[in-house]
Amino acid sequence: MKTIKVSVVTPDGPVYEADVEMVSAKAQSGELGILPGHIPMVAPLQIGAVRLKKGGNTELVAVSGGFLEVRPDQVTILAQAAEKAEDIDVERAKAAKERAERRLQSKQEDIDLRRAELALQRAINRLNVAGKRG
Amino acid sequence: MASLRDIKTRINATKKTSQITKAMEMVSASKLNRAENNAKSFVPYMEKIQDVVASVALGSSNANHPMLVKRPVKKTGYLVITSDRGLAGAYNSNVLRTVYQTIQKRHKSTDEYAVIAIGRIGLSFFTKRNIPVVLNITGLPDQPSFADIKRIANQTVNMFADGTFDELYMYYNHYVSAIQQDVTEKKLLPLTDLAANKKLTSYEFEPSQEEILEVLLPQYAESLIYGALLDAKASEHAARMTAMKNATDNAKELIRTLTLSYNRARQAAITQEITEIVAGANALQ
Repeated sequence: MKTIKVSVVTPDGPVYEADVEMVSAKAQSGELGILPGHIPMVAPLQIGAVRLKKGGNTELVAVSGGFLEVRPDQVTILAQAAEKAEDIDVERAKAAKERAERRLQSKQEDIDLRRAELALQRAINRLNVAGKRG
Repeated sequence: MASLRDIKTRINATKKTSQITKAMEMVSASKLNRAENNAKSFVPYMEKIQDVVASVALGSSNANHPMLVKRPVKKTGYLVITSDRGLAGAYNSNVLRTVYQTIQKRHKSTDEYAVIAIGRIGLSFFTKRNIPVVLNITGLPDQPSFADIKRIANQTVNMFADGTFDELYMYYNHYVSAIQQDVTEKKLLPLTDLAANKKLTSYEFEPSQEEILEVLLPQYAESLIYGALLDAKASEHAARMTAMKNATDNAKELIRTLTLSYNRARQAAITQEITEIVAGANALQ
């Protein structure tokens, strides 16, 4: 089966690099599946899981936004934060989730609702990805 | 002339100091090593994002995103990166002097500019001189991760987007080598120097080019800030290492001269004693 090289890169260094058969990610315009031979493309991503299919297995990488770039020979995902399922710190994500929920419920004027919502989304995404592993 | 005991005390004190500076030098050397590695692991991300930004922004003719367009300057922002602690030689004073002189030269009133301070030394420098500091962050770790800086980077970029600033400069020490760090001024926003050094790929845009720039450019600007911070951190450790090495060398030199005068004083005391004994013996005859 044909494969395509995928790398997930963050400012703190590369997170994932491998040849896979299919990449699927949640773009802002909807779910997106990339197979080898896709035309060059750029698309911003939502906070969500990127699924990488390789020899019958599916690996998950949690990304916090960013975007996806497709070239004839390579797919690159550039995100400000990304973790492989096994690297996620579940305790920290849980704490972040609770913190964000508290903020959203407190309904104070001075908090940035949008930021709290994004933080909540990121935490939930991490927990989801970590939970699906294995 | 100082007494033997005084000199002895000074020699001991200087020895203790040189032990400390020696230890600090070695700590900085290992931190510099790690800072260099951090900067290295950031390179692939930077290269990639630069590539894409250049392709997307220059790839089509009608890229008129506000972050790409120059506008009349009413207010300028200065992002200044310093360290939290001193003992790093001229590291902080170089940057601060450059910024201060530039501000004095370019602006007449405090309404025309504002400073974003990263690092405690810079923050107290600007507050003391009544220069407006709009944002600040202190207490960053020696090996900062992107998450540490994300918030301030985001706010900085937003301040440009909402018109608080019309242009934004970064000032930091660029790391050249372990013994050389240069103060660098870099225009961060608007993004005007998007030079494409490779052949541009033409992309399909999903959903549209404008919406992609909307996501891409802030992320790019934020990563530029992070890149500058990594660069500055490497410089900081290098500067501290050099400063501590100089301090250790100076202490060694001082110990050498002190030991010399200690020995002289000791010899003088012995000679004097002998003279006294001889004089005493002569007097008895």
